[in-house]
Amino acid sequence: MKRRSILKLLLATTVIPMLPSMAAAQDEKVLRVAMTVADVPMTTGQPNQGYDGRIFIGTTLYDALVNWDLTSDTEAATLVPGLAESWTVDEADPTKWTFRLRQGVKFHDGSDFDAAAVVFNMDKLINKDSPQFDQAQATQAAGQTARIAGYRAIDSQTVEITTRKPDATLLYQLVEIWMSSPARWEEMDRDWSKVAPSASGTGPWMLDKLVPRERAELVRNPTYWNPDRIAKSDRMVLYCMPDATTRVAALLSGQVDFVEAPPTDALGQIEASGMQVFTNRYPHVWPHQLSVLEDSPFADIRIRKAANLAIDREGISQFLGGTAIPAKGMVTDNHPWFGTPSFELRYDPEAAKALLAVAGYGPENPVKAKFIVSASGSGMMQPLPMNEYIQQNLRDVGIEVELDVLERETLRSRRRAGADAPENAGAHSVNNSWGFYDPNIALLDVFSSTSRPPAGYNWGAYAIPEIDTLIEKARVEFDSAAQDALLAEIHAKVVDEALWIWVVHDLNPRALGANVRGFVQAQSWFQDLTQVYVER
Amino acid sequence: MYFFIARRLLYTVPIALGVSIICFSLIHLAPGDPLSAMLPENASPDTIADIRAAYGFDKPVPVQYALWLGKVLTGDLGNSIINSQPVADQVLIAVGNTMILAALAVALGFLVGTVSGIVAGYHNGCLADRSITGVAITGISVPNYWLGMILIIVFAVNLRVLPAAGIGTAGGSPFALETWRHALLPALAMSVIPAGIISRSVRGAVAEVLRQEYVQTLHGKGLRRRKVFLHVVKNASPTAMAIMGLQFAQLLGGSILVETVFSWPGAGFLLNAAIFTRDLPLLLGTILVLALFFVVTNLLVDILQLLVEPRLKRA
Repeated sequence: MKRRSILKLLLATTVIPMLPSMAAAQDEKVLRVAMTVADVPMTTGQPNQGYDGRIFIGTTLYDALVNWDLTSDTEAATLVPGLAESWTVDEADPTKWTFRLRQGVKFHDGSDFDAAAVVFNMDKLINKDSPQFDQAQATQAAGQTARIAGYRAIDSQTVEITTRKPDATLLYQLVEIWMSSPARWEEMDRDWSKVAPSASGTGPWMLDKLVPRERAELVRNPTYWNPDRIAKSDRMVLYCMPDATTRVAALLSGQVDFVEAPPTDALGQIEASGMQVFTNRYPHVWPHQLSVLEDSPFADIRIRKAANLAIDREGISQFLGGTAIPAKGMVTDNHPWFGTPSFELRYDPEAAKALLAVAGYGPENPVKAKFIVSASGSGMMQPLPMNEYIQQNLRDVGIEVELDVLERETLRSRRRAGADAPENAGAHSVNNSWGFYDPNIALLDVFSSTSRPPAGYNWGAYAIPEIDTLIEKARVEFDSAAQDALLAEIHAKVVDEALWIWVVHDLNPRALGANVRGFVQAQSWFQDLTQVYVER
Repeated sequence: MYFFIARRLLYTVPIALGVSIICFSLIHLAPGDPLSAMLPENASPDTIADIRAAYGFDKPVPVQYALWLGKVLTGDLGNSIINSQPVADQVLIAVGNTMILAALAVALGFLVGTVSGIVAGYHNGCLADRSITGVAITGISVPNYWLGMILIIVFAVNLRVLPAAGIGTAGGSPFALETWRHALLPALAMSVIPAGIISRSVRGAVAEVLRQEYVQTLHGKGLRRRKVFLHVVKNASPTAMAIMGLQFAQLLGGSILVETVFSWPGAGFLLNAAIFTRDLPLLLGTILVLALFFVVTNLLVDILQLLVEPRLKRA
């Protein structure tokens, strides 16, 4: 082949195919995002891979009957109507909820969203005999669907959902049950793995391209039902970049515009480069969940309180480069569920020593305890140095702690098992980061005596009658303001009992390019990127 | 020759079986539940039992292995439990992407290593030899992921001439310029170890050949230096080739850190993801395919060596 022919062939195979895309790229407003995951989360409806999946695939491609309002960065995110315009609870039988659906909503494939679509999606997650049942999606939604006993379409725009028992927290479950298109599933030979690259929801973004392990490209849904959430960028490219340093390098080199979870020690460099760092409170706490079983020193409230007073939370926050704030309880002190605890979580080693002395411990006779911790993990911040800091703080007042370091998933299994499980013999605390995004995981299923594993998250075997009574009331309080008041009361009581050692709240740093506009970091695990764009 | 190839191909069967048994056992011996990573925080025991049964984790480990092996023998590596996509498709795409990096890294390593090795071998004991040896040992010793980070800082962040991460929008097509632009930094980072090893080996081989009497004879017969050089290189090349083959095979599976640092969606990146998400079918499939690649690459190198050095046939 002549040299000129070779050149032509090269042009034909490399440069020329790139030209249209480059031209398109110049006209389009593109937002490029670096996610922390190593693979694009599942796109079929119920995303996996934690909150990256929920933020970047769940709330972008899909809507739920109820959505989070993510427009405020000054107040905790609240629930707002999504695909359901309104709902009522049957007064005679409070297990029955009736949802009136939003009219005129269409899936990205053009098919109508209606009551039959809701039933189809519920069957997809719950009814193993239905042809659309998908184990992968059902697994992701298992936590949400466990409370649902039944569902049916009353008419084309009305759905009834029944809970197993009266449950005022249903809406917090429905916010993570996303609606995918039945028509698209039919079109793709009823095969969810074929639906994945051409997923169809009702959300503000539509899936344009999916390259597993690499990226997903979403484009604006111009006919989205909520005009306030029509995307300002034409296209959002979501890259998989599990390594934190790589994400920062990609931002600094101009390869991406928006980076999730940059490492704290890179924040200075990012800001010095003229780029933006966002932080905000969100429902996260980094705690030690204490065991109050007989063999645990923390069965004694004085020792629980002493441990809480021994910890220099301000020092830990500084060590974390200001990306955390000291915890005052399970929830942040501006949260509607904070209440008015009388026990203040402060750094007071002298008060801690005094409490230990009253309990019969001192420098010669220290309290001995074993904490299960992990070496790393999502939401765990920097567990090893943080725990070593705490170990030193506790040693200073007379509590000798042995740290048992486990791999993250092993730690989760041990947390799931409860303090009284044989594998947890001798362990007095588990250090598992926690989200307080719904009343169940924040308080109700954590501190109720009926929620011992496997029924709930009561790892430490707490059983305080007064708290139990309040929890039972909150579970069936359907008025949200009254429910918030009850939750605040429970929270105050839990803090006063010092049932956990609450250390810090993460501020979830995110890094954005210098010319990225429109981002409001909501006080939520979720974020809305529809209003974010790159200014030219 | 054909008998040799057939015999070596037969050896791959017990090797692959052995690798799969060891992998399967190690994964099940490791602490932590394979389902833990995919379960929601509040999964009830019934839910956990259902999911365990749905993925076949409720059966005894030997039964699980037998079922898995049965499928593998029909060419089905199963589906990923994380993204439900066929493992075979994912592994092949990833291995293809890694091959781009490995080929570029080995080519760079072979070029730099061979040239520097020959120079060092010819100037045994001189300053050039010592300098090259120093650089080669540094290359072998420097962690390649660290070098990767440095390359990113210099070429992507500061100079902004090459991308910091990813494979580009051409989907890893080896015909797209963009793919190679993205591959250059990770391949550079990966090439230093092969370059160092090849350089050291070639240096030794050249020095060894130069000490042979036939080289003196060639000189004595009045052969030109260039001709003698060709004889020397030909006799030293099997060493370089054997190492190149081994390095290529090693880079195919051993680039977890570099691929993660550069978010290059290759086999190492896939392994890393499979390990951290406890995606057993994906992990087993990837390891098996990589092990087979290792065996096949070694076989190809052996055949290549036979062609270059017929005396090996008698060995």
